[in-house]
Amino acid sequence: MSKYNVNEKGYYGPFGGAYIPEMLYPNVEELQKKYLEIMQEESFQQEFQELLKDYVGRPSPLYLAKRLSARYGANIFLKREDLNHTGAHKINNTIGQILLAERLGKKRIIAETGAGQHGVATATVCALKGLECVVYMGEIDIQRQAPNVARMKMMGATVVAAQSGSKTLKDATNEALRDWINNPVDTHYIIGSVVGPHPYPDLVARFQSIISEETKKQLAEKTGNSLPDYVLACVGGGSNAAGMFYHFLEDEQVQLIAVEAAGHGVDSGESAATTALGNEGVLHGSRSILMQTEDGQVVEPYSISAGLDYPGIGPQHAWLYKSGRGKYVSITDDEAMEAGLLLTKLEGIIPAIESSHALAYLEKMTFQGNENVVICLSGRGDKDLDNYMKYFGF
Amino acid sequence: MQTQDIFKNNASKGLLSIYYTAGYPNLDSTIAIAEKLEQAGADFLEIGFPYSDPVADGPVIQHSSEVALKNGMTLQLLFQQLEALRSRVSIPVFLMGYFNTVLQYGVENFCKSCQAVGVNGAIIPDLPMYEYEELYQDIFKQYSISNIFLITPQTSPERIRKIDDLSQSFIYLLSSNATTGKNLKVGEQAAQYFQRLKDMNLKNPLVIGFGISDKDTFQKATNYAKGAIIGSAFVRLLSDENYMDKIESFIKSIKTQ
Repeated sequence: MSKYNVNEKGYYGPFGGAYIPEMLYPNVEELQKKYLEIMQEESFQQEFQELLKDYVGRPSPLYLAKRLSARYGANIFLKREDLNHTGAHKINNTIGQILLAERLGKKRIIAETGAGQHGVATATVCALKGLECVVYMGEIDIQRQAPNVARMKMMGATVVAAQSGSKTLKDATNEALRDWINNPVDTHYIIGSVVGPHPYPDLVARFQSIISEETKKQLAEKTGNSLPDYVLACVGGGSNAAGMFYHFLEDEQVQLIAVEAAGHGVDSGESAATTALGNEGVLHGSRSILMQTEDGQVVEPYSISAGLDYPGIGPQHAWLYKSGRGKYVSITDDEAMEAGLLLTKLEGIIPAIESSHALAYLEKMTFQGNENVVICLSGRGDKDLDNYMKYFGF
Repeated sequence: MQTQDIFKNNASKGLLSIYYTAGYPNLDSTIAIAEKLEQAGADFLEIGFPYSDPVADGPVIQHSSEVALKNGMTLQLLFQQLEALRSRVSIPVFLMGYFNTVLQYGVENFCKSCQAVGVNGAIIPDLPMYEYEELYQDIFKQYSISNIFLITPQTSPERIRKIDDLSQSFIYLLSSNATTGKNLKVGEQAAQYFQRLKDMNLKNPLVIGFGISDKDTFQKATNYAKGAIIGSAFVRLLSDENYMDKIESFIKSIKTQ
């Protein structure tokens, strides 16, 4: 495999690995041994592709945003993951993992969620397959994201409030890991991002890689060249970016730009700009870059966007950053909100605030006039209406 | 003060180890609790250094870590406190915590500090065997610090043999696949698992932990292993205002035949 993908030991350069207590070892080892084999089975691929097409609605369009392009002086294409069933890219991964869990003979599914998008995507596939579903969500997030909690419950999931620590995504992930420790045999943990112990970062990136696979074909049809000049995506843990970058990793002429959330500003003390503020560490089972104190205590991040409000990034992102293959930048709350409103006014598309961070970076780029730019529009903004209303006073 | 090698001594059995979190309930209670535990009859100690995200721990130890961090406990401060350890405590002491804290302190620095203050070893649940062997084993050996591995009912016999080869003082046998603070029920299944381990005749002694909370569970566990560890039940006692006065009777209630 390429130097930017995982090696046989589970590492991306110095990052990755499986830093897990012994209690999780058998489950993680089982996944490590079987995930590639299962994913390559013909019956798996057939069912996966069929569900992506008929249930999720793929391929998602690659849309040339003409008015946005005119404003910035480049050809700006939006990869419309917001049009997927459940409104974001998250479903690509949960479909893949539920098929994997079925083939591993698991009867019970657990997941963590921050804003609730991954929780909804997990509850959705559990309803689809008739499997028991338990979603861990920070107590504070449960209050902030009531509609998504209701969606999960309607689909039959049990939503458990994580009451430890800061009561947000990081703690929901801890609770899910504790559940998995206590249920070592019949349970599969569907992690929602490219984080966690090996093989999760690779597994999730592979399921999300459909995004760049389609983009290449679509771009070739539209422009005669499958390679754009720039590819942009937002990064919390980094699953949509991992999928958006995947098939461009070897095409070094394509500049990959990952946009983190700066919150109130990188130096404000309220930020989630991991590469700017973090250093090497271990969280949730992998070695990566994370925001922490000198004593190695994980720092609580902040972003207006719940999906980017995570103190680390996946190990592959840490490697893309460190090796220089990717450019990692950050965008503040204010810049993202303005970019979200701009897209809405120019193109009639309300983006998720996460995706607005990627859009906002266009303001900071300079173009010659005919570059091709692809931005992953990872989710739709319906879930964020409350935030947009409060921010702009609509 | 020289620590006694209770693990290599065949005569020693029914060893009681106590776990508690440094900096809980008070920032400077670490050494005083250790001293009291030795006087009361504990055979060795595990002192936890707190971490913000302790995934292997149940609510009681999570809470103690949170309080300890709020009190201002850090690994650096703990090593400062432990400079007084060997003038006051002679039983073996192990530090227990999560890898990220050690990584930030520096793995070599950590081993060096352990050696300097007279700590015998470390239990780092999320430092996997592969990474230990490849990256850190030489450093641990250089400073004579034992790395303690965990075994669960799901650990394969091959892996147990490998762990036995890499271990130097004891192996930490988890009573069940669980987070800390659940009650141990030595039913047929657990008994079979303990017996299976006993029959493997490992080079290193076994010490059973997780779910040991009182005399009954302690005795059941030490039927099969050289010792047993009490964590959450002791940490719960520390939440009592007069905890210093209660340590002795707690230890006696477990060790008296």
